[in-house]
Formats: sequence, C-alpha cells, structure tokens
Amino acid sequence: MKKHFVFLLAILMACLNNAQNIEVCSTCPVTTLKSAINQAKDFDTIIVKKGTYKEHDIVIDKPLTVVGKNYPIIDGELKGEIITITSDNVTVDGLFIINVGTSYTEDYAALRVRKSKHFEIKNLVLEKLFFGIYIEKSNHGKIFHNKIIGDAVEEYNSGNGIQLWYSNHIEVEHNHVQNVRDGIYLEFADNCLIKNNISTNNLRYGLHFMFSNDDIYQDNTFENNGAGVAVMFSKKIKMYNNIFRENWGTASYGMLLKEINDAEIIGNTFTENTIGINIEGSNRIVYKNNNFENNGWAIKVRGACYTNSFTENNFLYNSFDIAYNSKVNDNVFDKNYWSNYTGYDLNKDGIGDVPYRPVKLFSYIVNRTPETIILLRSLFIDIIDFSEKVSPVFTPDNLLDNNPLTKRIIW
Amino acid sequence: MLKILKYSFYDLMRSRWSYVYLAFYLLLGIVLLFLNNDLSKAVITLMNVIIVLVPLIGTIFGVMYYYNSKEFTELLLAQPLKRSSIFLGQYLGVAISLSMSLILGLGIPFILYGLFKSSAIWDFSLLLITGAFLTFIFTALAFNIALSNENKIKGFGYAILLWLFLAIIYDGIFLMSLIIFEDYPLDKLSLVGTMLNPIDLSRTLILLKLDISALLGYTGAIFKKFFGTNYGLIISFIALAIWVILPIFRIVKKSRKKDF
Repeated sequence: MKKHFVFLLAILMACLNNAQNIEVCSTCPVTTLKSAINQAKDFDTIIVKKGTYKEHDIVIDKPLTVVGKNYPIIDGELKGEIITITSDNVTVDGLFIINVGTSYTEDYAALRVRKSKHFEIKNLVLEKLFFGIYIEKSNHGKIFHNKIIGDAVEEYNSGNGIQLWYSNHIEVEHNHVQNVRDGIYLEFADNCLIKNNISTNNLRYGLHFMFSNDDIYQDNTFENNGAGVAVMFSKKIKMYNNIFRENWGTASYGMLLKEINDAEIIGNTFTENTIGINIEGSNRIVYKNNNFENNGWAIKVRGACYTNSFTENNFLYNSFDIAYNSKVNDNVFDKNYWSNYTGYDLNKDGIGDVPYRPVKLFSYIVNRTPETIILLRSLFIDIIDFSEKVSPVFTPDNLLDNNPLTKRIIW
Repeated sequence: MLKILKYSFYDLMRSRWSYVYLAFYLLLGIVLLFLNNDLSKAVITLMNVIIVLVPLIGTIFGVMYYYNSKEFTELLLAQPLKRSSIFLGQYLGVAISLSMSLILGLGIPFILYGLFKSSAIWDFSLLLITGAFLTFIFTALAFNIALSNENKIKGFGYAILLWLFLAIIYDGIFLMSLIIFEDYPLDKLSLVGTMLNPIDLSRTLILLKLDISALLGYTGAIFKKFFGTNYGLIISFIALAIWVILPIFRIVKKSRKKDF
C-alpha cells in the first residue's frame, strides 16, 4: 500500500514538474511573452502579470495555457498581427490586446488560430483592432466571455470581430462585439453554436453567415447594426430566441435570408427594424412563435420563396405586416396574431371567424413604385386598402391566414 | 378689426360647438393616452385624426359661421367700418377659437400625462403647430367659398367638395401620376406634389419627424434631406403660411367688391 502511495506521489511530482508555470512581468527573469513561449515546454502555463507588453507576431506553436493576471496589455503598436496560435490545445485567457495593424492585403487579427484543434479563447478584451479573433481551418474550439470594441468607420478598411473560416464545431458564447465591420462572421463553418452574444453598433452586419450549414444561433442580441443580420447560402440553420432590435435605416433589416433552406426560426423578437425579415430565395423554413413589433415591414418576401410556414407568430403594430412582389403564393400563414386584424370571433374560441389578409394593396403598390410610400397613412390609401381587403384584385388571393388569433400569443 | 375679432371670439366661446369640439379633443387625448400608454404611438394616431378631421371641421365650421352671422355682418356693414376689418375679424375669431380648442383639448391630457418629461414633446408641438396651420388654412378657404356663394346649400357643397379633394382625391391623382410615370425619376415630382397640398405637407412633416423616414428607402433619404433639416422645415412652414395668406388676401379682395 505504502509503496503504491509513494509511486503515485512520484508520478504527481513528475507531472507538477512537467507542467511548469512561467511568469512574465517587467521585473521577472522573463520579460516578454515571446521569450516565455520559447522557453516553455508543452502543456506549461504562462502567467502574464499586469503591465504593458509591446509585442507583435507572437506565435504560440506549443500546447500552452496563457493566462493574464489583471488584464496585462499586449500592445501591437499597429505593426501587424499580435498573437497567432498554430498548435492544438492552446488556451488564452484574460489578456487586453490593443493596436492591431491595418493592411489592405493581409487580414491582421488580434488573435488568430490557424489549423489547430481544441483551443479555448476566453476573457479577452480587444480594442483598436482590425480583425478581432480569426479562426482559420480550426475545429472544436471555444470562444467565450470576450469583449471586442472596435472603432470602425468605413467598411473597406475595417475587419470583423469574430471570424470563423473553414472551421467546424466551434462554440461562441457570451461575447460582446461592437463597432467593427461584421460582429460575428462565419464562412464555411459548420456545426457551430453561437449563443448569448451581444453584437451592436457594427458597420455592416451583427452576424453574417456564408456557406455555413447546420449551425445554431440562439439567445443573441443584435442591436443597431448597419444592416442587421445576414444569413446567406446556408442550410439547416437553427435560429432560436434571438433579439433583433433597432436596425433602422434606408437599407437596414433585422435579418436577411438569402438562399437559405430548411432553417428553423423560432422564438425570436424583431423590434423597430426597417424590415424585420427580408426573404429571398429561401425554402422550407419554419417561422414559429416570433414577435414582430413596430417594424416598418415585418416580413418582406422578395421572390422565389416556397413552402415556408408562418405559424403562431405575433405581428404587432408594424407599418406593413407582409410585403409580396408576386401574385403567386406557396407559403402558409396560420394561427398568427395580427394587431391589424379587425374581424370578430362569435364562438369565442380565440380564433377569428374571418380570414386575415396580411398583404395590403398599398404594400404591393410600394413594391412597384417605391416613391408612393410618401402617401403612407393618407386617407386615400386607407380607402383603397379597405376595398382591396373586401375583394382582392392585385394581391395573391390565397395569401391569407384562415385562423387568425384574437389574442396575442404568450408563450 | 380687433374689436370685431373680440366679439366673434367671445361669441364662439359662448357657443356650444366650441365646447363640443374642445370636449371631443379632450376625450380623444385621454382615451388615446390611456389605451396606448405610449406617447409617440399616441402622436401617430393623433396625426391620423388631425390631418383628416381638422380640415373638415375647419371648412364646415367656417362656412357655417359665415352664413349664420350673415345678418350681424350686414348690420356691421351699415356702420362706418372698413370692410376688410369686419371679415378679417370674423375669420380670425373663428380660426383662433378653433385652434384654441385643438391646442387646449389635446394639450391638457398630454401635459397631465407627463409630456414635459417625454422626448415626444417636439413631435407633439409640431403636431399642434401643423394642426393650427390647417385650421387657419381651411377656415380661410371656407370663408372664400361662403363669400363667393350666396346660396347656402351650394356653399356647403363646395366646402365639402374642397375638403374631399384635398384630403382624398388629390392623393388619388398623386398616386396615379406616380404610378404612370414610374419609369422617370420621381423624387422632384413627389416633393412638389406634397408641397402643393397642405394636408399632404403636414402629414409628411409629422411622419418624417416620427422617423418613419427610414421606411421610405431611397425616396426617404431625399425627403429626409429636405424636410428633416431646418431649411426644409422653414420652407414647409413658408408653404403653409402661403396657404394661409393667399386665401386671406382673396377674402379682403372679394369683400371689398361684394354687394350685400
């Protein structure tokens, strides 16, 4: 028994010896992060103490854990990329990284992960950046609790907050991204989870999907971004319980769907967007339990959208509930609550007895001649909308909600 | 003139209709606020009411008052008074008392609700200013119609037609012309089109202040650029003022030559 114990102790000691701590500070033997990485062996921990470290092009090529105590500042002095991770199993925690160089030929990032697995990036604060966290051909990583504050002014010379490129199975959680070009950008990134992030005041999109399939994004807040959230050319994306707010401007929308198939959009809230959801060429999408409040257009259907179903959503006080630009309709609207519904419910089962037509004649006219929007809320428009409601001529006559609810749905 | 204005004003203040009008707005304001619980939403709903009802009531009331007080006017004409001051006094009496009903009727509930603490105060004041402008414009137009028509029925008919035209038919024609000429650049035309009709002008002014401009897309950008700036605001108010001054000018001219 005793022998065993000694043996175990010996192993433990060996392990402890093996995984060393290396401290970095201005008065320590090791004063730069670069030299610390050079000295470190695999699976060591580098502890960076409070201070300012003017370094760039730091390459972490061993499985290390880099921990910052009290947010040490890594200042790249605008010279280029700051940290590049090329090894598997790297953890970076608690650094304050500023001054990433701007380039028109290379995407310099505050922190880049290249071709590695099982990385963990957490508690970072990034400021004055070009690209923030750039994940390149890397899988199975976690990015959480980071704060990215950019100062982007123009699209062409600014980068994205968190970018995933050819990377699968990445979890992005609890990050705060603001004032960059695209808050979170996914390109060829499959099976990722984007959760509980806040993306605000970005120049272009709060979240941007390109050619990325089977991803889930949920419980995120996207507010006041240049154009909103764009989901393009992707399949089987699940969008749950997100908040899209105040994406207000002449070319803005809460969410843009372009060439999206088989997605699920459930439990989201769209408030005060110029266009809640802009749909183009998207098929077999389930819209359920979403709230559309005070938008200009709740849903704008641009064309080539088939077999979508809109059930049990709340449409509250939007200037236009739905805009359509064709007379063909293959989408189903059922059991939604429409605040503009004026029908009655004689048997009191909560379902209106008269079908509701969500497409107004005026929204059809505006689609055709955008200038006519100037007549919004004019008495004449109310009259023609009413007559179109009674006998539809221009709008698709099968586009109606046969079971409009009489009370707002609460879930 | 001031004396006649005072008499007309007090006469109207005593009349039942002013109170009904005031009570209507009071009720409207209170109901809207307590059903909506949202000041800026209430302002939008109010705008819908104001741009339709204020011109209608202005025209009807103006015509009615002129015909009703015709005998008193004839009595006044026998006195050594300037004709223009008689009619202008009456006109101002009607217009001022109507705008007062509007401003008090809507202002009181909103102040009680806490307008001064809200950010909607500028939108609301703009609403009241345009409402007052509309009252002045349509009462003046009504006086014009009444002065030109001895026949009461004809006068009322024209007045209602005028309201119908500016509130509804004009927009219809406007819409048709926008659709017909959709292949051409339309922003100038739509700008001019809105400037020419006081109802459309007030509606656009308020809508743009309420930041619906983002809905307007490209056209909205142009409109916002025009109406959103102080320059545009001043131009719009000048346009509204011209709409008041021209009919008044005609009242003066017409009344000078008219036989009684």
